[in-house]
Amino acid sequence: MNVNLHLWMIPLLPLAGAAINGLLGRHFPKRLVTVVGVAFVTASLGITWWVAAQLWGMPLDAIPHTERLAPWIVAGNFSADFAFYLDQLAMVMLLVVTNVGFLIHVYSVGYMAEEGGYYRYFAYLNLFMFFMLTLVLANNYLLMFIGWEGVGLASYLLIGFFFTRDSAASAGKKAFIVNRVGDFGFLIALFLLIQHFGSLNFDKVFPAVSQMNPETAGAGLLTAVGLLLLFGACGKSAQVPLYVWLPDAMEGPTPVSSLIHAATMVTAGVYMIARSNVIFNRAPKALMVVAIIGCITALFAAVIGMVQTDIKKVLAYSTISQLGYMFLACGVAAYSAGIFHLMTHAFFKGLLFLAAGSVIHALGGEQDMRRMGGLRREIPWTFWTMTAGTVAIAGIPPMSGFFSKDQILWKAWSSPYGSWAYWLVAIFTALLTSFYMFRLWFMTFLGEYRGNATHGHEPAGQEQHAHEGHIHESPAAMLVPMAILAILAVAGGYVGVPNALGGSNHFDKFLAPAFKVSAEAMPAGTSQGEPPSEAAAERSQEGNIELVMTGVSVGAALLGFFFAWLLYQRRRDLPDRIAAGLNGFYDAVRDKFYVDEFYQAVIVAPLINGASRVLWRGVDMAGIDATANDSAASARDVSDTVRHMQSGNIRSYAGWVALGAAAIVGYMTWMGLR
Amino acid sequence: MVPLSYYLLLSAVLFACGVAGFLIKRNIITIFMSIELMLNAVNLSFVAFAAHWHRLSGQVFVFFVMVVAAAEAAVGLAIIISVFRTRDTLNVDSVNLLKL
Repeated sequence: MNVNLHLWMIPLLPLAGAAINGLLGRHFPKRLVTVVGVAFVTASLGITWWVAAQLWGMPLDAIPHTERLAPWIVAGNFSADFAFYLDQLAMVMLLVVTNVGFLIHVYSVGYMAEEGGYYRYFAYLNLFMFFMLTLVLANNYLLMFIGWEGVGLASYLLIGFFFTRDSAASAGKKAFIVNRVGDFGFLIALFLLIQHFGSLNFDKVFPAVSQMNPETAGAGLLTAVGLLLLFGACGKSAQVPLYVWLPDAMEGPTPVSSLIHAATMVTAGVYMIARSNVIFNRAPKALMVVAIIGCITALFAAVIGMVQTDIKKVLAYSTISQLGYMFLACGVAAYSAGIFHLMTHAFFKGLLFLAAGSVIHALGGEQDMRRMGGLRREIPWTFWTMTAGTVAIAGIPPMSGFFSKDQILWKAWSSPYGSWAYWLVAIFTALLTSFYMFRLWFMTFLGEYRGNATHGHEPAGQEQHAHEGHIHESPAAMLVPMAILAILAVAGGYVGVPNALGGSNHFDKFLAPAFKVSAEAMPAGTSQGEPPSEAAAERSQEGNIELVMTGVSVGAALLGFFFAWLLYQRRRDLPDRIAAGLNGFYDAVRDKFYVDEFYQAVIVAPLINGASRVLWRGVDMAGIDATANDSAASARDVSDTVRHMQSGNIRSYAGWVALGAAAIVGYMTWMGLR
Repeated sequence: MVPLSYYLLLSAVLFACGVAGFLIKRNIITIFMSIELMLNAVNLSFVAFAAHWHRLSGQVFVFFVMVVAAAEAAVGLAIIISVFRTRDTLNVDSVNLLKL
């Protein structure tokens, strides 16, 4: 059975939207721009659902389903096609991207209504959808790389959307350049794959890799490929050490932060690692590095997030931290747990950003939480949806974040690649996550209003969203997507309730075939395989441990809530006193551990100095330019002297000729006499 | 028998005189005569070598030079006359119309 699913339409429809709006949108009325921008994404969404329905009915051996659209590069034995690859993993990503993407398009209609460059915004957003869907659907690493670069481009364009603001323009550049650093690793990994397998197609590389024995043949190669892919993923998914661009990326419009820098693009690295699970499973060292990087990032970003005062910066660090969780899951070979968290994170973090955007919208552009507070009565819809998102990310049952985070925690402990250290870091991070999210929640919505914006009588100054001048609830175009995402954030976890809690983990089972090859290939030495006879007993015992751990993680979340309540509701004087008590440490955390300054001093400044002093002034100006200029100057000087010979006086020429002839004759005579 | 070197020395002196006259004199006629002097200095060395080596080719060469010199004298004198007619002078330094 070989049905044609017309997968090519899914990415190409948004591209058509981007082309129409981008080329002609300037002359369109606003309403038409809206229709074009949203309609093409809606069509793409519809097809995705249809494809999902088809995939559901397919026999398992028909998956992965590949569709070849056109040949692209054919060079000798190497070839790469415009071809699409659909399996369970791609399906989940497709659904996440198109659904969240669609909701955020709708939200943008309300959020961006007052902004200039409306058509440009939708053109970029559609362009992003095209590249993201290409990335997800690609059947070879090269096409994936095109999508990978394309989303980076769209991200750059949208971060710098308010390009008249200098900080936005430089944030865009920073994001792009930091991503390039990661892409460098990705590219080298691709070169290694081409060199050793002669192909980048998933259906050629993965079977070839699964033939290899991790203990002997190709272990070094696969480890190298894995580490380089990880490096690429670190750039795109904002992991230590390349995370620095994501907090700055908050300069973009908030829906962009939500779609690109929380829900979809930044998860591309996780997707790529999950997609390459065949490679990673045969490179245990690379896997370990993935897990360690995930742990460090999760903890590090959560600590910084605790003391940020910009509402979007808190969410940005939270995103980095949650991406660290996903990396940790991938690093212990629990890919489906990682993808599960990716999905629930897309729901609740997308929602949190949208709600934050709604808050900012309501306050006329105010982003500093110290000047918020008491907003729950003013903007109740935003408050309730944000509450859903906050509870979900904090991991309090029965919200979606609880199930996905719990699975990662459990896998970090129980997986053959897992370790108690991973679990300890992850559980501590869960505590911090709960704390900083509830801190945000308390500071924004509870207590007394601390801002100077106006309850209806004073104009709110010249901020961007100050079109009404008082705190107001957002329009329906913004609230409805938030409400839908809130429902998903609450209920989205039920597709993956683990066995220990009486569920059957449909999500894991659905994704299992995509990771099946890898499960078989787990190295026997590292897995703590149990004999079949004891399996049942082990399982019930494991179930008990899992339950205990679930309890611990819920406890951590509640503890975080308690601290946030204590510090930001009950005893508001405490935070400052604690900060004063911690002396320099608090300042270091608030200033993000001076990582940006460190990079500036260690990498950027030497690069600029090296480029300007050595390469520009030294090599280019003193070397190359000077050679050309000096030789020209010396030629001119010589000519200046010699040109006096050319007097125009015939007899002086004749004199020179005679002199020359005399010199020659004299020379020859002298030589003859010698 | 006069040794070869005497002829060559005489030829060199004559040639040097021709060169000097060519460089010093301003009158076109004199310059022209200097050129003839140089040609004939060369002719002298040709015939001297021809006599010394008992070869005829040197003498043949002299005939050619004489023919060319005769033709040159005819054309040159004609040019000199027409220059004198148009410009009323035979000073080469004032015949500089083509100079910038």
